Formats: sequence, structure tokens, C-alpha cells
Amino acid sequence: MSEPQLTADAVDYMTDTRPIAEGPAGPGCAKRDPIVVADDVSRRFGGITAVDVEHLEIPRHKITALIGPNGAGKTTLFNLLTGFDTPNSGTWQFEGTNLEGMSSYKVARLGMVRTFQLTKVMGKLTVLENMRLGASAQPGEKLRNALFQGIWGKREKDITAQADVLLAKFKLDTKRGDYAASLSGGQRKLLEMARALMVNPKLVMLDEPMAGVNPALTQSLLDHIKNLKAEGMTVLFVEHDMQMVRHIADWVVVMAEGKVVAEGPPAEVMRDQAVIDAYLGAHHDVDLGAAGGVQELEEVLAADEESVVGTEDAGILSEESVLSEDSEILAVRPPDDEDDDGDGTRERRTGRRAADSPPDVVPGTSHDSRED
Amino acid sequence: MDFGEIFNEAIGEMVSPTTAAYALAALGLAVHFGYSGLLNFGQAGFMAVGSYAFAMSTILLGAPWWIGLLIAIVAASAFALLLGIPTLRLRADYLAIVTIAAAEIIRYVVTTNSLTKVTGSANGLAGFRQDFLRLNPFPPGNYLGYSSPDFFYRFFGWGLVIIFGLGVWLLMRSPWGRVLKGIREDELAVRSLGKNVYAYKMQSLVIGGGFGALAGLVFTLPRDVVQPANYGTELTFFLWTCLLLGGMSTVLGPVIGAMLFWVVLSLTQNILFGLIGVGALPWLNPSQAGQLRYILVGVALMLLMIFRPQGVFGNKKELAFS
Repeated sequence: MSEPQLTADAVDYMTDTRPIAEGPAGPGCAKRDPIVVADDVSRRFGGITAVDVEHLEIPRHKITALIGPNGAGKTTLFNLLTGFDTPNSGTWQFEGTNLEGMSSYKVARLGMVRTFQLTKVMGKLTVLENMRLGASAQPGEKLRNALFQGIWGKREKDITAQADVLLAKFKLDTKRGDYAASLSGGQRKLLEMARALMVNPKLVMLDEPMAGVNPALTQSLLDHIKNLKAEGMTVLFVEHDMQMVRHIADWVVVMAEGKVVAEGPPAEVMRDQAVIDAYLGAHHDVDLGAAGGVQELEEVLAADEESVVGTEDAGILSEESVLSEDSEILAVRPPDDEDDDGDGTRERRTGRRAADSPPDVVPGTSHDSRED
Repeated sequence: MDFGEIFNEAIGEMVSPTTAAYALAALGLAVHFGYSGLLNFGQAGFMAVGSYAFAMSTILLGAPWWIGLLIAIVAASAFALLLGIPTLRLRADYLAIVTIAAAEIIRYVVTTNSLTKVTGSANGLAGFRQDFLRLNPFPPGNYLGYSSPDFFYRFFGWGLVIIFGLGVWLLMRSPWGRVLKGIREDELAVRSLGKNVYAYKMQSLVIGGGFGALAGLVFTLPRDVVQPANYGTELTFFLWTCLLLGGMSTVLGPVIGAMLFWVVLSLTQNILFGLIGVGALPWLNPSQAGQLRYILVGVALMLLMIFRPQGVFGNKKELAFS
């Protein structure tokens, strides 16, 4: 597998091509370097088994997507792993620390920080105060120190500086003094993510970071998430937006009815017939909005004798061909080149698409309108 | 009708020890509700615990004033812990239910006849301030129209209000206060950031309850008598009225709210009495007038909520988002 050299300052984690799994990918497979290991975690609500995960490992320094139909138990699993809910059975470790029975705030202090599906910002605190609230190890948060600014003043300055850097990165610096409640839904998502980063987490767990966010903002959120990996963090996110999953995830875990039903690199998982049947649906990948997109796609596949034209898989194959071509062409782009032309451009830089793309697709024939 | 006299009396009410007690207790409610989002509907219970603890330790144990004060604070803190341990992990409403019930339990227990020797039953306890009055630094004389002990009660009460008001202000601008405000806004989010929400809520409950106990002392010392009838549920709701009048998440709000509450009560009472005296209100007798003034305070509160819902000192911007 050849990995194109993408950027000059690319960090190890971005170009790391070592296999994620030890052995073949499959539900519950062992990872080379897991950060979270869960065993037999189950949660029942009355007669309903919301989560019943036999074994799950989350790879360190990777972006893992957790997908599955509504009610599959994704958010419940999030709650269980972070101590916001108590499982009926099971054990799970974060970096070797057993988290069973640990309260949620202690889990967060270990460096496992989550966001919420329904964004939670402190509306009547300013954006800056929201950020400061996230910072850990603040002496001023102890009651006995609170009255003495001399004790916590310095740390307060430090975290304000840290907050300002993050706010600038998330383009919220102009909103610094505004009440968080005055932000739009998308800005709140950004604030929540930025606030989680104030904790200096090792593992960031994002529950539907893209829900209700407009396409332009999606693009910048995608970048932020990829940057987290570059900075050495591990990301686990729940998402229904398959474009996003395909673009940024290194690994995909599919849940259905509380169980992990499939695992693997996104391209492979999305070809999995069971996943398509249970979740993605046929033709999930065809961009019917793009002019001539469908037609072009079919032409390409018709020319390929090994293709599966007419089956549900067609869309994926087309997508991969597009990506593999792009990543070869665009691999030499400078890293700071901002492309804001919306969806579908960022993945050019990751490069790993090229490696993952199926060999049976001829590149270059389906560079369609959706890229421009 | 002598308007000079009416205004004088209103000003007198404004700085009375009772007003100081209301201000201090409402300040405790501001810590609870305004800053931490804790619904305490039993602040009268905290005041009762404080004043009974002081009176009982002085009368029954012969303790000096400072031991009595210490016992009052410890008792109120224990009361707060007792209420907080089972409820603070639950939703906010549970604390409200438990506090309102607990305050009533306290009142009924001290009224019990079989405890007459300890609590004095409905008559309460009297004669516990002698040791406290030895603190009075003011020699006999006339201070702004008050006798030396009267002036001392006001000095003591408002001194506490100023000290603790300043304390609350300092606390709430610290990172500790920020966590409390965060909890008020969204408890789960604060937990997800690694803060022990339960401990913070408990600290807030104890601090606000301690303010209640001190307010009980400020309230009861000038009377030198503590009676269960003074600590009914309506006291709690008067305190809430003060808090809402002034503005919830402010330090000055509850203080000014308490002053406003008593000024309005005094003005309406005296104006009504004056009008009855000159025969302008033949359909009203003085005892009805006493009830009517609470109706007028209620109307004033409603008008305030309609036209200035954030209270006198509240921040309009904060309210825009609630």
C-alpha cells in the first residue's frame, strides 16, 4: 500500500498506515492499540435491551465512527462508557483504567470527554465563560480558594489564553462576550466541541456533531475533527451523515439493536450487505442532487465488467473511484490551502482513500460535477 | 393623615433588623436558586433551625453567644446535608418538595406539646440575648433616633448583610461561582467537563442554608423570643418575593428586594390606615386593611413580573434567553 506524502507538517497520526485491527476486521475484533476496551456491556430498559456489546475496542489516535439505525443504542453506549448511565452488566477500561462504577465527572477528568446529541451550552454564561468552565485543574474551583483571587488569578489567565486560541480556531472569537444562548445551533455545536477541548481530552466523544449544521459549517467542523487527530487525540463520534463518516473516519463501528454488527474501514463496512440492508439502504450513496450524477455513475459502472451495476453497491464504487483519482492529483496541495467549496473536497488530503479504493474501478472516468 | 410620619415609618422599616434578616435569608435563596438553580422552598425552616439552635443552646445549656452562633450554623449545615444527600442527585423539583416539607416538619416538631420543656411549644422560647447584648459596643444614648441596643441590632444585622453580600459577590465571580452558574444552566454538561456537580450543589445548599440560620438570629435577637408561628411557609414565600422583586442572580437584588418589600408593606398599611382614619374608605376596617396590603404587594409583584420580569437589578439580557 503506498501512502502519498500529503503535507510537510503532517503529524504521524495523520499518515499512520499501520493496520488498525489485529487480524481481520469484524465485530468485536482486537485492535493494535485500543484506548477503550469494553466487554459484555449491556443495558436494559425494562424488557428492551438497548445495548448488548460483547466486545468492543476503540483504536487510539484514530477517528472512529459509530453508526447505526435509530434506536440502535449508540447514544446509550456513549452514556454507559462515560458514566452518564449505569449498565446492567459489563466492564470497560479507558487506557487500562477500569471505569466500572466510576461517576461521569471522574471519567471526564481521566480525559474521556463527550458532547451531547442535543447541544448543551450554558446559555446565560458568555461564550468565554463557557470555555473557561471547561478547563480542568482550576484551583479557583475549590470553595476554600474561591475568595482569594491571588490563588487562582494566574490559572485564570492561562485558561483564558487557551480559550482565546480555541475560540479563534473555531471562529467564535467575535462572539467571545456574547451569551451562549444568543448563538445559532451550529455555533453552539462549535462551542460545545471547543469547550470539550478545554479539558485537554485524550478521547473526544462527539454525539452527532453534524446534526442541524449547515453544509458550509459542516466543512469546517470536519476540519476541526480531523485536526483533533493531528493533535494526537482519539475521536469517537456518532453520526448519520454518511458523507462525513466516509470523509473522516478511519474506522467504522456499526450497531443495530444494541449489538455491534459490523466493524472495519469505512469503505469496506459500507459495502457490507448486512450494513446496507440494516442501515444505509439501497442507493444511499447516489448523489441524486448533482446534475447528471446518476447517469454518469451508471455509465462508469457499465463500462466495468466486474462492477455491480444495478445492485445496491453501485454508489459506493463510484464514490471510491472519484476519491482515488482525487487523492493522486491533489496529494501535493499545500496544507494551509483553504478550500471552502463545500462538501467533498477535504478528503483529498487524507490520501488513505487511495489505498482503500477498490482496484476494479477505473479512476478518472467519473470525476463528476459534484466535486466542483 | 401625616405623610411625613408615614414616610418616616417606611424608612424605619427599610433599615429594621427584620428587613436585614429578610435580606440575608433572600441572599441565601439567591445562592441557592439564582446562582445554582436549587429550588429551596424551606428557607423558613433554615431560619427556624438557626434561631431555635441558638435559643436552645443558650437557655438549656447556658452556652455563651458565640457557642450558640456556632451551634446554629452547624445545625443549619446538618439540616442542609440531611435534605441534600437524598435529593441533590435527583431533579431540581425533588429538593423543592423535600425542603417545603422539612420546613413544616421543623415547625410542627417545635410546636409539639410533649416537647414544651425543650422548645416551649407554641409560646416558644424567650430570654436568650443577654450574653449577646454584652457585645454591644455602643454606650447608652441616642443613635440616629435609636436607643443603643436597637442601634446595635441594626448594626449587627446590616453588618452581616454587607459582609455576606460582599462574600457572595466575591464567590460568584470566582471559578467556583462559574461552576455553580454552569450547574444552574446545565448540570449534565458541567458533569461532562469533569466537575463534581453533587459536591458543588451541596456546598451551595449549605452556604445558602447557613445564611438562613444567620438570618434567623438577626430576626429573633431583637425580639428576644423565638416562636414557631413566625416560621411558617408564608415566610419562605415572602423571601421568594424579595428575591424576585430585586433580581435573582444578583447580590444587591435580594437586599433591595427585601427593603422594597417592607417599604411597600409599610406604606400601604399606613396610607390605608390614614385613609380609614379620615373616613375616605368607609367600606374597609383596619384589620381588613392589614390583609389588603399583602394583596397590594402581590399586585406589585405581578406588575413587576409583567413589566420588569428580571427584577429591579436583574439583567434584562439574561432574561431574553430563558
